[in-house]
Formats: sequence, structure tokens, C-alpha cells
Amino acid sequence: MYAFDFVRPSSVADAVAALGQEDAQALGGGQTLIPALKQRLASPSTLVSLAGIAEIRGVCLDDDGRVCIGGGTPHAVVAAEAAKHYPALAAMANRIGDPAVRNRGTIGGSLANNDPSACYPAAVLASNATILTNAREIAADDYFQGMFTTALDEGEIITEVRFPVPQAANYQKFVQPASRFALTGVFVARFADGVRVAVTGAAEDGVFRWAEAEAALSDSFAAEAVKGLEVAADGMISDLHGTPEYRANLVRVLTARAVAAAG
Amino acid sequence: MPKDHGIGASSKRREDIRFLTGNGRYTDDINLHGQAHVAFVRSQVAHGRLKSVDTSAAAGMPGVLRVFTARDFEGVGGLPCGWQVTDRHGEVMKEPKHPVLADGKVRHVGDPIAAVVAETYEQARDAAEAVGVEIEELPAVIDMKAAVADGSVLVHEDIGTNLCYDWGFVEENKAKVDAAFDAAHHVTTLELVNNRLVPNAMEPRVAVGDFSFATGEHTLYTTSQNPHVIRLLMGAFVLGIPEHKLRVVAPDVGGGFGSKIFHYAEEAFVTFAAKALRRPVKWTCQRSESFMSDAHGRDHVTKIELALDAEGHFQAIRTETYANMGAYLSTFAPSVPTWLHGTLMAGNYRTPLIYVNVKAVFTNTVPVDAYRGAGRPEATFQLERVIDKAAREMGMDPIELRRKNFITEFPYETPVAVVYDTGDYHATMDKLVEIADLKGFEARRAESAKKGLLRGLGVNCYIEACGIAPSQLVGQLGARAGLYESATVRVNATGGVVVMTGSHSHGQGHETSFAQVISEMIGIPEDQVEIVHGDTANTPMGMGTYGSRSIAVGGSAMVKAAGKVIDKAKKIAAHLLEASEGDIELKDGKFSVAGTDKSVEWGAVTLAAYVPHNYPLDQVEPGLEETAFYDPSNFTYPAGAYACEVEVDPETGKVTICSFAATDDFGNIINPMIVDGQVHGGIAQGIGQALLENATYDEDGQLLSGSYMDYAMPRADDVPFYKVDHSCQTPCTHNPLGVKGCGEAGAIGTPPAVVNAVVDALQRAGHAHVTHLDMPLSPARVWAAINAK
Repeated sequence: MYAFDFVRPSSVADAVAALGQEDAQALGGGQTLIPALKQRLASPSTLVSLAGIAEIRGVCLDDDGRVCIGGGTPHAVVAAEAAKHYPALAAMANRIGDPAVRNRGTIGGSLANNDPSACYPAAVLASNATILTNAREIAADDYFQGMFTTALDEGEIITEVRFPVPQAANYQKFVQPASRFALTGVFVARFADGVRVAVTGAAEDGVFRWAEAEAALSDSFAAEAVKGLEVAADGMISDLHGTPEYRANLVRVLTARAVAAAG
Repeated sequence: MPKDHGIGASSKRREDIRFLTGNGRYTDDINLHGQAHVAFVRSQVAHGRLKSVDTSAAAGMPGVLRVFTARDFEGVGGLPCGWQVTDRHGEVMKEPKHPVLADGKVRHVGDPIAAVVAETYEQARDAAEAVGVEIEELPAVIDMKAAVADGSVLVHEDIGTNLCYDWGFVEENKAKVDAAFDAAHHVTTLELVNNRLVPNAMEPRVAVGDFSFATGEHTLYTTSQNPHVIRLLMGAFVLGIPEHKLRVVAPDVGGGFGSKIFHYAEEAFVTFAAKALRRPVKWTCQRSESFMSDAHGRDHVTKIELALDAEGHFQAIRTETYANMGAYLSTFAPSVPTWLHGTLMAGNYRTPLIYVNVKAVFTNTVPVDAYRGAGRPEATFQLERVIDKAAREMGMDPIELRRKNFITEFPYETPVAVVYDTGDYHATMDKLVEIADLKGFEARRAESAKKGLLRGLGVNCYIEACGIAPSQLVGQLGARAGLYESATVRVNATGGVVVMTGSHSHGQGHETSFAQVISEMIGIPEDQVEIVHGDTANTPMGMGTYGSRSIAVGGSAMVKAAGKVIDKAKKIAAHLLEASEGDIELKDGKFSVAGTDKSVEWGAVTLAAYVPHNYPLDQVEPGLEETAFYDPSNFTYPAGAYACEVEVDPETGKVTICSFAATDDFGNIINPMIVDGQVHGGIAQGIGQALLENATYDEDGQLLSGSYMDYAMPRADDVPFYKVDHSCQTPCTHNPLGVKGCGEAGAIGTPPAVVNAVVDALQRAGHAHVTHLDMPLSPARVWAAINAK
């Protein structure tokens, strides 16, 4: 690691102020940033830890029945506390990384980083969630802008994520054998006004909605509805662990399985 | 009732108390007064000419003591190779120099170019980034076949070729083997890859060098499987330090799997720098650094052919293998694809004619050397895969085809120059059929099919040559070291025993199992026995631990030394009992006179040895301490049969191992629990190779799987609960304990079982075109095979 200063503000306002310094960097649970620092791949002047801000931690329901999760809430807390409100979301959180990762890593950190193989982006996009920051509200469809790229401005902090609860939902994650990130993951959410299907891990541009499947499933919410659909390999990730064709196959297979599991 | 102590008891591992409570003392736990730290500047390109190394900026940075480059090592030897292979034309192998720090060229990503020593590690690392390295990049030599084609870029220009050697074994048999193939009823051919692995011991390598100006003594603390070998290689060949002025200590070591046998540049560096700087110098390898500096394993590309008669009797085997040496010859690299591989090509079978050709190739990759099994997994994998393929081609049951060809009479001299002393391959196969419940396979397969999954069964045998090795034999084969083992058995006045062994324990549990043997021999409790290892200052010259040799060779040395102690103690007891020495019996810690009720306790005899008031000084010296060296007369030949059942998800290609059964004949067993554990670990490593692990270079020589984000290690949920059985025992005929060794079996026997099972699953499901799959059988690779038409 290179040397850096470290601050741990207790309010969002203080954190935003601290992030105004040149080359300051927000630190959520550190599950991506700390390894990057140890590899000397990042050299922030100041790390602004968000771990001390009580107001952005926790899980609750709002008046519209949405599950509201503070940006600084660890995955393990989501897994435990969202289970009765939104089981598919809790189950997804419960399969991120290992217990150490789930106790440190946060929803806000995952979404701000937008790793193309992370799980949370699929849940947020499929659920049509709203991302609240210190400055504004951002719809999921506007938030994800490509691999490691989001609508967040410099120094903007995710304070909360609001998830509408679907009638049925399921997340299918096929793990990359080494990292156990999603080699491909599909989150299917069925709402009264239609079905949303979000895919992570597969595409070079990061999480995306599979429009053809959404249309087919909105007509008929059954695994058979997607089995005949073609998924183009263009734009899919090619790496040691899978070809674009393989990932395209997984998109279809996992979508069908998610539908079957969602019931 | 199972025994509760001594040979055959599952005594709890005494060393685990310190390991599990954080009280182990590993090399990184050693911090010396005034210690400085080194960070290496490593090549980021695979191949290039070093145009300049500018250390001036780094030298002026905070805390920096000195920056070293190749210029500081002029007149210092290269890292030596411990085995010289002679090729099929009678020429010795090419042996380019392996400098401590890269000299003139860099030859793999990770090749150390400069070393920065500073007050703290962070300061050293900061300064290492400031070392200016100018490299004229050259095309990387990665593909082995291209490397030996005419006109290839050369890794080492001074040897004029990338071919280290072209080995034929047995060369005199080649014409006869070729003739047998011409006449054969059926020939099965298989081309395969034995994938390159990164060893990934839990504890990364660490080295601390120290030098005393008062005494002129060097001390090296290092993560080694064989401290005496390091002392010899580094002292005699690299730094020119006589052995009496060089102490090498390998304290608790957290796993080696072969990768800590070898003498590495970093060990020589810290020893050299400690004297140059008059400061202890420490190096702790980072995990990402270990991926590009620990010697890798395997990496063979092989074509194997099996000739059979109409009934399925094996007639001949012919192989051609390209074996990757990497950029330099690591310590024992040349022996792995030759004498540890070619000699095992007979397997468990009567095959009258065998010819093995191995081309060892230099490439711009990390050096490759012995890794758990070392040559024997490569031999077993190709043989057991080609037999499975032959059975399928000839419409025969793969188990019956194996049984038809089993060696059944011992001793058996193979056509590849080894003599199996004993074994019973039908017995281990019978036991396997039983414990794996092979009769129930079809029912289980039907259950899997109901879930949409393809179930397959893979069965194979293995044999390995362990207990390495008869020194005179390996000397003839090119080894530059003897491979005996040593032990000193020191009995204290009050009867406790300390054994100083040349073997080294880095996870194997020697401190427990060796003590069980002494407990059994003398009849004293195990806690009266202490096992000391890992320090050249207090153990006799020993060759260390690898090749499943510790109990077979090191244990034999200990038994020999303990036998001398007991013989002497009997003389003392005879004197005390006023009896004839020939009438003295030692049982349960008591010497008695045969046929009488006269006896004397062990402790009374040992006390007499050190307080020799009433003592036969005219016959024996005071004291009770003996040393023995044991040089085996043959290898040992553990063998067994393994069965793996898998489910393949045809939609995703994912392979799940449903069950895994192993029957091993290890001869006599000292501690069944420890042996089970060794087999469990070996199977996990074998499953890792078969399904997960792969060190992959791109064409520019960049290691694509250079971290755990991309290099898949097996985790607990990747492996099933194993069924292991060691009840088939044909004791080794030529060592005193009748033991064969068990450390590598799992890693040797497992990969073909897994691959055979997956191919079987696909074949049974009608994917007739899938006759082989190269490891690792990743989901993507299996899916692609299913969908390739």
C-alpha cells in the first residue's frame, strides 16, 4: 500500500466534505478497494470510511412497501433482515463471497464500484430499484452505465437503495470457479405490470436487461417461454473462464431456471 | 480394539496444538535485531534484453540501504541444477546459467532484476518502483513445439537451442516397440495436456539471511523441505561458503508440495546481502509474487499410443512428451519428466515393450519442477486415460481390461528399469468395487437422469515409485546428490528420547508418527519421544522430505539408529542383571532375562549409561546416542485403485463430484489417521488439477491466471466426503518397517479418475465424439465439448 490519510466521519455531510479533498476516495466495506490498495493499484490521498455513518446502515420498509436498505449496510445484514420482505434479494446477498466478505462488503460499495460480475447490480436493475445519494434519486435504468461506470458524480455517496418488492423473483448465479463472482447471474422479477430480467457477469458493458426474455415472460411466466430465445454472443465477455457463446448460453439457461425457481 | 499408541495407532497429531493455536514458529515469525527488508524488482515482460538498470534514484530514497543488481553478483555462481540427464544420443543436457539476479536478459515475467534493501519493507517497495529498468523486448517463447522448431527465438542464445534434452527410454527398445505397433491388432492413440499448476502452499516462501562477523558464520532461515540440500547447493555452488560456516534452518513450514525443495535465488540473495550490509536481511514473498517465482508443476504435452492384441493384452506403449522446463533449470527439473516419469510408464500392467521419448523445452515462463507426485501423475494420467479409451474402442469393460493386464507375480521387473518388490492389484481393485458400491452405479445413474444430470463413473489404477532413492542407482541416472536419509537417536539419562532426523515435516505429522515408531520399539510412551528436524546445526546431514520418502527412508534410518541404541542398552542391561546379553529381551520399556523374573527398567539402564558407576566400561562407552544413515536398496511401490462418480449438467457443463473412493496399498501403516489425511489432501489436489487449476500464459508470456481471482483452488465444497481404505497391505520387502509412503498417492491417482468419469458420463449420454477432455474440466470446456459436433 501507498501511504494515505484516513478519516471516519459520522455523518453523510461530513463524509461529502471529506471527499471534496483532492484524490480522496470513499471506502465502503473495502472488499475491492483494499486488495487494490495492497496491490498498489490505487493511491488515494485520503480514505474516507463510510463505516461510521449510522444513518446509512440498516434495512426497513417504507410506506409504499419498498425495502429500503442503507448504502452502508453489509451483505450479511441484508441477507438476515430483508429475508422476510424480499426473500430473493436476501438469498442473493447471502451468496456473495464468503462470510468475511458479507460481513464487510456493503450494498453501496458494490453498486458504486459496478463490477461487471457483481451480484447487486442484477438485483437492483431487475427490481427497478431507486438509488438515493446525498444529492438525488437515480432510477436503476439510468444508474448503470457500463463496466465500472455509473451515474454517480465524483464524491457522491449512495445513502440508500429502495427496492419495490415483486410478486415473484429469483436470482440464479453461476459462479466463476476461481473468484466465485458471477460468471453469469440472472435476476428475474415479476411485477404486476411486467417481468424484468437483469443479467450480470456476461456482458462487456456490465449489467443489462434482456428485453426479449422480459417480453416473453410478461406474456407467459414459464421457463419454456425463454428456452427458444436466442441470445447473441456479441458483446459478451471472453476470458479464461468462458467464451461469449458460453456466457450467452448461460444467460438463457439461468433465466429459465430463475423463472422455474421463482414459481 | 485399535491400538492406542505405537505403530498402527491413530495418535492425535501433537504438532497441531501449536499450529492450531497460533504458536507455530514459521520463518516469517523470525525477526532478528537490526533486520532490513528486501523487495525485488521483477521483470514485467517475458523476454527481453536488459539495456540498463538505473538504481540511482532508488538508492537515495528514504530508508534505502543498498540496491543490488547483477553486477554485484559477478563471480558468484548460478543456481545449480541437481540432476544431469543424458539424452538419447548420449549427450548431456543443455544447462544454461541461472543467475541470482537477471544478467543481460530477462527470461520470464517475475525474473528478478534488482533487489532493494531498506529499513522497512514498504520503503524497499517504494524504492523498487523507482528503479529504472530499460528492456528491449523480444518475442516470447511460450508454445513448446514452436520453441523447438527451426528459427525459433532462443531463451538462451549461448546454448543455441531451446531443447534442453531429447531423452529416449529405453532407447535400445525403440525398434522393437515400433515393430510391435506395426504388428498390433489394435492401436489406441491419445493426445493430451497435463496442465501447468501453481503450487500455492498456504505459507508463501520466506528467507532471512544473517551473518556474524564475530564468528564468520552465515545463517539462513528459509521455508525449505530440505535444509541440508539448500546448505550444500547454496554454500558449495553459489556463494562459496563452507558447510561449517553455514547454518540453514527450516522451522515450521506451512506446506511445500515440492515447491520448497528447490534452491531459490531469494535464499542466496538474503545470505549474500546480510554479509554485504552487515545486517540481517528478510524477504517475505507476496502471494502475487509467488505465482511468478515459485517453481510451477506439470506442463506436459503428450502423445501416447497403446498397442493391444485381439483379446486386449497390452503389447507395447509408445509416448512422445514435450515437457516445459520454463526459463531456467530449477533444482530437480530435468529428473521429473525422465526418471520420475518414464520409469512409471508400465503402471500396474504387464506390457512387454515400452518406449518413452521426452523433449524438455526452455520457454519464457516460470521454471517448472517437481510438484506433489512429480512425473508420476503425468505418467499415470496418460496411461490410465489411454487404457480407458482403448477399452471403449474395443468394446471392453475398463475394469476388466485392466484386470486382464495386471501384474500378479512379484518381484516384477518392468521394461522401464524398475523392479516392483510387492503388490496385489486385484486386491485393491476388489476392495474398490466394494467400497465404491460399483454394483449400485446404474441405479444412481438413473436417479441422476431424473434430475436431468449425466452421471459417469471413472475408475483407474496407479502405481508410484516412492521412498526415493537408492543413491548408487540415481547416481548412474544423473543425480548429483545421494538420496539416503539420516537420524540420530539420543537417549537422555532419565530415559526420554530425542530423535534428530534429516527428514523435514511441513505438514505431514512426522513429530507424531516418528515418535510412534520409537514408542513401539522401546515400549515407552509416545510423549517420552521428541522429534527434532529442520536445522542443519542440530540434525545429521539429511536429504529432506519429498517423493513420499520420509517414513520409508527417514523412518528406516531412525529404526536403524534406534536398533543400535537398543543393542547397546541390552549390553548395559545384561551387566546390571548379571546375565548374558543374548538372553536380554526388551518389552514394554523393561529389559528382562529370558525365562526368569529378573528385569530392569528402561530408565535404570539409561541412567546407568550416563552415571556409569556400575557399568561395563570394558565393553561399551558411556552414553546412549547413535546415528545411522540408511540408503534404500530399491524404491517402494505404493499402488491402488480409485473410483470417481460425477454428475455433469448438460446445460452448463458443470461437473459435480458425487463420490470418490480410494483403495491404497501403502504396506504397513504407522498412523492410519495421518495416512487418511494425506490421501484426503492428495485427492483434493488431484480434483483441483482435474477440475479447477490452470496456470495459463498468453502468447506474450503474461501469466493470465496470476491471482486467486483467476487461478481456481479447490475449496471444501468442491470436493465430496471421501471413502478411503488402506486395508490391502503388501508390506515393502526391503525396508525395516515394511512401509511404502503415502504423501503423493492422492495427487497421482485422482486426475484420471475424474476425467475418466466425465468422459464416461458424456459417452453414456450419447456424446460419442467426446473421447477426451483436457484438464481442467471447467464448465465452459465441458459445455463446449458437448456442443462441438
